[in-house]
Amino acid sequence: MEILEYAFMQRALLAAVLVGITAPAIGIYLVQRRQAIMGDGIGHVAMTGVALGFLFSTSPVWMATVVAVIGAVGMELIRSRGRTSGDIALALLFYGGMAGGVMIINLAPNGSTGNLLTYLFGSITTVAPADITAICVLAAFVVATTVGLRRQLFAVCQDEEFARVSGLPVRLLNLLIAVTAAVTVTVAMRIVGLLLVSAMMVIPVAAAQRVSRGFAATLATAVAIGVSVSLTGTVTTFYVNAPSGAAIVLLSVAVFLAFTAAAVPLTRKRARRAAAAAERCTLEEEGGTPPQGDDVKV
Amino acid sequence: MAGTSVPGPDTVVSLSSAKAFLGSRPVLRGIDLSVHRGEVVALLGANGSGKSTAVRAMVGQVALASGSLELFGVPQRRFRDWARIGYVPQRTTAAGGVPATVREVVTAGRLARTRLGPVRRADRLAVDAALDMVGMHDRAKDSVDALSGGQHQRVLIARALAGSPELLIMDEPMAGVDLAGQEVLAGILREQVARETTVLLVLHELGPLEPLIDRAVVLRDGCVVHDGPPPEAVGQHALPGHDHVHPHADAAAETIRTGLLS
Repeated sequence: MEILEYAFMQRALLAAVLVGITAPAIGIYLVQRRQAIMGDGIGHVAMTGVALGFLFSTSPVWMATVVAVIGAVGMELIRSRGRTSGDIALALLFYGGMAGGVMIINLAPNGSTGNLLTYLFGSITTVAPADITAICVLAAFVVATTVGLRRQLFAVCQDEEFARVSGLPVRLLNLLIAVTAAVTVTVAMRIVGLLLVSAMMVIPVAAAQRVSRGFAATLATAVAIGVSVSLTGTVTTFYVNAPSGAAIVLLSVAVFLAFTAAAVPLTRKRARRAAAAAERCTLEEEGGTPPQGDDVKV
Repeated sequence: MAGTSVPGPDTVVSLSSAKAFLGSRPVLRGIDLSVHRGEVVALLGANGSGKSTAVRAMVGQVALASGSLELFGVPQRRFRDWARIGYVPQRTTAAGGVPATVREVVTAGRLARTRLGPVRRADRLAVDAALDMVGMHDRAKDSVDALSGGQHQRVLIARALAGSPELLIMDEPMAGVDLAGQEVLAGILREQVARETTVLLVLHELGPLEPLIDRAVVLRDGCVVHDGPPPEAVGQHALPGHDHVHPHADAAAETIRTGLLS
């Protein structure tokens, strides 16, 4: 493989693998909580961070991490208060963050909106050696959180009230989800881009849950899809001159459609098997009475 | 009537002069309610009578405006021993965004014991036992979205039982469950009562659970209007020929499974 001989491609492929793992790993919790749009919001807010990095001539990755974490914590606080005006507050945060980014980058020395472009849609040639260190450290944090605390985070996202009654530190875990999502956005921004990062958090999970029945299985399938599409997309943009984020997201949409098509016969087969099993159960439990129509479906 | 609400050393839940508001609307207007060890208490009332709010206050999900609340003799504010309580919330029809298997949901019931730690062998055994108790072991790998209302309720009960609680609090376990399903739930509950688990149930009507209930507390507009034996049955349960089997006698006849959780 000649493409592996280029140092920039080695870095890009490593970053792609890390994006493929981390984005679906945190995305599954956001999807479970029906907060799929949160990644998008953090991406918008992180633009201000990237621009601040240019302004102060520091690493845009670290600066974006700081700003994204602050933004994500703000979003979590708005969400947990459950105010009806929460929507408006989030809109202020999203678009304020995006406008702030564009404004600040133009204030920076030799900065222009053009500098932001590679951060918006991803680019395989921009993963600098310094970025790779940052991306690896941040990705390690994301994996440690999303896999190490998966039972606790699952409980919090699945039934927050029950998690609280179990004595779990729910507020802390919710903040941890927000911070981890923010960190994932900055891990993904070089390869997938800030405007498309949310797609990698949501689409692999959405595709996986078409065919899986459990949470752990969905997580594993989503990560497998994530790694496959981000590697394939990255390699594609080596040959085709286009932003890598666009290629990766289009591929994941294609995978989603393929899984949806494959799910139809699978669901039918499972429904038939479940119906047969239910009938057997009823007969055993009722001691020979005819199977009754089961109650309301949830 | 007053005698049933006096807290003693065996008092598991003690609520006195409890007031609570939802927004500006008073939902609990000074209620006294206590549950003693080994009792099966039904909290009855119409929609909006405050019965759900009362149990949600007990598990710390609704703040009391005034009055006192003790769990196992400890003021609720300082109560940390959540593993002693098994909570079965009102079943919502809103499905989660991501599928989860029956076993995954029930395993969450061990979190009060494992907290942030890993799942050990004892936890897996407890989950197996809880699945057995509700008769859902063969569905352990199925998605909870594929279950009927009654089966879903059994999963939520198993989740609460997985933590081996001393007190089981159930909010409207019969809502949206058909008659056959209600009988299955009554059987599960009968087994818990035989194990001397203390049970507090929020119910719309007694239904098939009636023979299990030791005491009923009826709420109306946020006030206790009855505290004593279950009120006279109405509807089909008052008809002649309706069985009134005493729970403890009945439970003795049942095969008691190996007491992994007790």
